[in-house]
Amino acid sequence: MELKDDVSVVLCGEAGQGIQTVERFLTRVLKFDGFNVYATKEYMSRVRGGFNSTEIRVSSKNIKSFVSKIDILVTLKKGSIQHLKDRLSKDTLILSEKENAEDDYPFVEMPFTQIATEIGDKIFSNVVAVGSISAILNVDFETIESYLREFFARKGDEIVNKNIEAARKGYDLGLNLVKTGKIKVSIKKDDAVKNDLIFDGATAIGLGALAGGCNFISSYPMTPSTGILTFLSEHAKEFGIVAEQAEDEISAINMAIGAWYAGSRAMVTTAGGGFALMVEGMSLAGMIESPLVVNLGQRPAPATGLPTRTEQGDLLFALYSGHGEFPKILLAPGTLEDAFYLTQKAFYFADKFQVPVIILSDQYLVDSYYNVKNLDLPKNQPQKFVVETTKDYKRYALSKNGISPRGIPGGEGLVDVDSDEHDESGHITEDLDLRVRMVDKRLKKFDSIKAEIIPPELIGSPKYDTIVVGWGSTYPAIRESIEKIGDKSMAFLYFKQVYPLHPDTKRYLQSAKKRIIVENNATSQFGHVVKAETGIDFDVKILKYNGMPFSVEELVSRLKESR
Amino acid sequence: MDKKIFDMGPIDIAWCPGCGDYGILNAVKQTMAELEIPPEKFVIVSGIGQAAKLPHYIRSNFFNGLHGRSIPPATAIKATNPDLVVIAESGDGDIYGEGGNHFIHAMRRNPDITVIVHDNMVYGLTKGQASPTSREGFKTPVQVEGVILKPFNPIAVSIANGASFVARASITDIPGTVKILKQAIQHKGFSIVDLFQPCVTFNKLNTYQWFRENSYYLEDSYDPHDRIEALKRAFEEDKFPLGVFYVEERKTFEESNMAYEVDKTPLYKRDVDLKKLSNLVESMKKG
Repeated sequence: MELKDDVSVVLCGEAGQGIQTVERFLTRVLKFDGFNVYATKEYMSRVRGGFNSTEIRVSSKNIKSFVSKIDILVTLKKGSIQHLKDRLSKDTLILSEKENAEDDYPFVEMPFTQIATEIGDKIFSNVVAVGSISAILNVDFETIESYLREFFARKGDEIVNKNIEAARKGYDLGLNLVKTGKIKVSIKKDDAVKNDLIFDGATAIGLGALAGGCNFISSYPMTPSTGILTFLSEHAKEFGIVAEQAEDEISAINMAIGAWYAGSRAMVTTAGGGFALMVEGMSLAGMIESPLVVNLGQRPAPATGLPTRTEQGDLLFALYSGHGEFPKILLAPGTLEDAFYLTQKAFYFADKFQVPVIILSDQYLVDSYYNVKNLDLPKNQPQKFVVETTKDYKRYALSKNGISPRGIPGGEGLVDVDSDEHDESGHITEDLDLRVRMVDKRLKKFDSIKAEIIPPELIGSPKYDTIVVGWGSTYPAIRESIEKIGDKSMAFLYFKQVYPLHPDTKRYLQSAKKRIIVENNATSQFGHVVKAETGIDFDVKILKYNGMPFSVEELVSRLKESR
Repeated sequence: MDKKIFDMGPIDIAWCPGCGDYGILNAVKQTMAELEIPPEKFVIVSGIGQAAKLPHYIRSNFFNGLHGRSIPPATAIKATNPDLVVIAESGDGDIYGEGGNHFIHAMRRNPDITVIVHDNMVYGLTKGQASPTSREGFKTPVQVEGVILKPFNPIAVSIANGASFVARASITDIPGTVKILKQAIQHKGFSIVDLFQPCVTFNKLNTYQWFRENSYYLEDSYDPHDRIEALKRAFEEDKFPLGVFYVEERKTFEESNMAYEVDKTPLYKRDVDLKKLSNLVESMKKG
């Protein structure tokens, strides 16, 4: 079997078996060796057992999306083949230990555990597998050796040497498959990739928060957003961040709002269920005109839904979150780079307009890895909009654009905020004329927000007949699919700000003869937003809501059908 | 300091004539004056209810947030700017009921804030329903045959659950209340003051006279450092002890927070360390 330019390797086993370690080692080793690499995982909501799988895609080009095909399957548990059978083809090379294989599925026997046991402990079997896969993919052994040496350095020479031995034995096993003609893979290496960054979506959001000046995070752990809380907690000492695990999401959001009030730059991170508890806090932020940054990592719902899977099902919930009428901003990153830039931007928007900003990520984005050229880091401190207060300071001074200068306590003036309707100084009022002026003032901030909306990106020829609209994490799969289809009359319009919508939206849609929307949900929520804002409906809605992301193959076929 | 510095001038106060809240307002002003803490240097965080309107009637920084949610913002405000004196105050329904989860977990964190609970054993603003501290048998429009729930014991809960300063006062004695509030604010750590206050409109049972007759001060010889003894006294409910039940010196949330381990600069004054950020991103080359 010969594979060229693009290979998908999938590892499948049970939770707690170390698949994540294999994923970690392989993605790093591949990148260090100059391969473009992408990885994503699907897993069950459990600590041990079940079936989890990781897809590692290696390509001659930079790739960022999930494919359903499996070129090489490595099974680490009996039943893995059944778990993934819909994605296997007659060309899939199955590498398996005898006891993990299944009838009717030809496989190449790989005695990972036996080799590991001979080295001294079956714990090494994962590293044996890393060695084998690396050999098949044509990774230099030196790259693996130096990675393992550094990774295990702190554990002492014996552990280092045993891991290298395990990798070596696995590598020889893999090399043998290549030599005997069982498989041949040719993928172009690129020396420049060796210097790329590699991280996942949770890290991208965490780094974006740091760049945006975040110094306070209060959250309650919830998949898929826990990684962001973990990341900022790990760096709390180094960057001087208060990172607090709150007793519940209600506390988390109220802490974050209190933190902004006193001068911190705070965020909360959660998923749909946790955000449901936060919505009263959203409304508070709206009323007291507090900045706030929320990462809402979407997963299939209602209620607990499929806790570890992906969906874009909370857009309308986020849009309408919080009782009453007040402005908010919704951002939706589609790539790791955008996850970084948009999170950074969220802090700017929140501070400047004194509104809550929600970053709509999802399990797919948060758990995906790939190599990224670089991040454009801020040269200067984040712009801050806090003013020094004077004796006559009034927090809600009526202003032309609705934005009142925001002071913090500790200066000469008093900073008074109230969840009740209030007067300019922040005191409770039932003056109904003043109520109208305050509502108008808060809503007027929309005008300033609209002047800074991030425009959608058009990918493809501006002379399109068919326009495909997507938002957030579906970006890479839609883009790659359209490129694969190669139809020059089809263009892709990618939204990374999903509310308020950029004024060009209508023009883009009007110019198309056919309008297709792609969403990872069941009801085309962004379609509703677009229709409400532009009056334009979509001709075709390509929707997916089984908890998995769109694969490139699936989108290619559904887009072709829809043309 | 003259407590007039805290006066708001002619304002419309939403409390009923004779309400115990007036006494609390007076006591808080007196306390801040005696501690020489000017309006700019402290923040009152409140929730919702008649008690929670107090910050509108005293010159101060204030954050009048959501029902039950005064403690989380208060914790965050103190963590952001430890130079501020932070008081969370609201009614018994707000802090012990709606905000019960924050109440029990904040004391474990031990932020250096003072929580003052107006405890009138009834809901005022919603017109007379039972509160967590209503006595068994107390009849209301909702609890028509009388309250059947055991009353919440904030003092025992606080002592058992890690509050580092636990006291009860009664607004039937304003000077005595000021004395307790002063100690509570001066204490470094989470201070809770359960403050008896009659509701003249909706609670005809727990009146000024009832609170006077059903409370007494802990004796001068009482040692507030003995946790077991404090718990024993907390369970006395035929006559409620007043005074400081329990004091413990313990690191505050701010003091033990990693954010302040190396750098003592308050969060609000800090910049992003761009060099460290760049190094961290650089480290992602290794993954």
